[in-house]
Amino acid sequence: MATDMINLVEATQMRDDIPEFGSGDTVNVHVRVIEGEKERIQQYQGVVIALKGSGTRRTFTVRKVSNGVGVERIFPIFSPRIAKIEVVREGSVRRAKLYYLRDRRGKSARIKEGRR
Amino acid sequence: MSIGILGKKLGMTSVFDDDGSQYPCTVIDVTPNVVTQIRTVEKDGYSAVQLSYGDRKDKHTTKPMKGHFEAAGTAPRRFLTEFQSHSEELSPADEVSAADIFVEGELIDVSGTSKGKGFQGVVKRHGFAGVGGATHGQHNRQRAPGSIGASSWPSRVVKGMRMGGRMGNDRVTVKNLRVIKILADQNLILVSGAVPGPTNGLVELRKKK
Repeated sequence: MATDMINLVEATQMRDDIPEFGSGDTVNVHVRVIEGEKERIQQYQGVVIALKGSGTRRTFTVRKVSNGVGVERIFPIFSPRIAKIEVVREGSVRRAKLYYLRDRRGKSARIKEGRR
Repeated sequence: MSIGILGKKLGMTSVFDDDGSQYPCTVIDVTPNVVTQIRTVEKDGYSAVQLSYGDRKDKHTTKPMKGHFEAAGTAPRRFLTEFQSHSEELSPADEVSAADIFVEGELIDVSGTSKGKGFQGVVKRHGFAGVGGATHGQHNRQRAPGSIGASSWPSRVVKGMRMGGRMGNDRVTVKNLRVIKILADQNLILVSGAVPGPTNGLVELRKKK
């Protein structure tokens, strides 16, 4: 009964406009950035290397290599700060957590296209 | 004594606010509390309201308590606690809900009985650092309390020396928790942060002093 109520509370926090995606997919996350009074949209594109948690606490990690430096950002999946998530490319991978990509560069860091 | 209400801890989750910050919060069931007695200055020497949470089975109710509930005109109730009255017009068998007392954004104090931890050593129970390291021939002293006093004087251990023992199952109050949301339809209240006690434990929500 307690869990029912928690689910009920969590349901109010969840969004239904988030597309389905998984590890290995390339996504373009439109992030709302608030600078002083002004708000603008910043795009962040990269490979989803992990999905964690459940309910409102679910997060996903997006990795990209920017100017030769690996960058990873963790987003709460239902955050109001995310304006939109676009799935750019579906990748076929054989595990849920792609942490091995951190040790790879260039050709070996590629991900095959396609649905599992 | 402070204005307050009884509730049941249901568990924790997190909520987003308008600017996208995510806060951990505890969900507490605050099914309207039933007034079982009004204490007055004339009769009792002080003024208070006795609130009750949850139903008690008839077979678990003692005869004296049955009389008490009969006088109030209510069914047998499980938990009874006295609070300061928030309104002059309350009478026995009235219902008090969270929305009558609290507003969203307000800071409140929450009390409950902490989870029992059993017999624990001084490192966990009192935050001692333990003795020494693991190497250099050191034997079984890592989580020991160390010295508990001097020698021939005073020839005894002073009272109140912190040692191992039963930990938890104490009344604990957490102060200044923000009321994030009151869901009147579901009789729920969301409070920022953690609250003492296990899931389904009784908690007391009080206005900040």
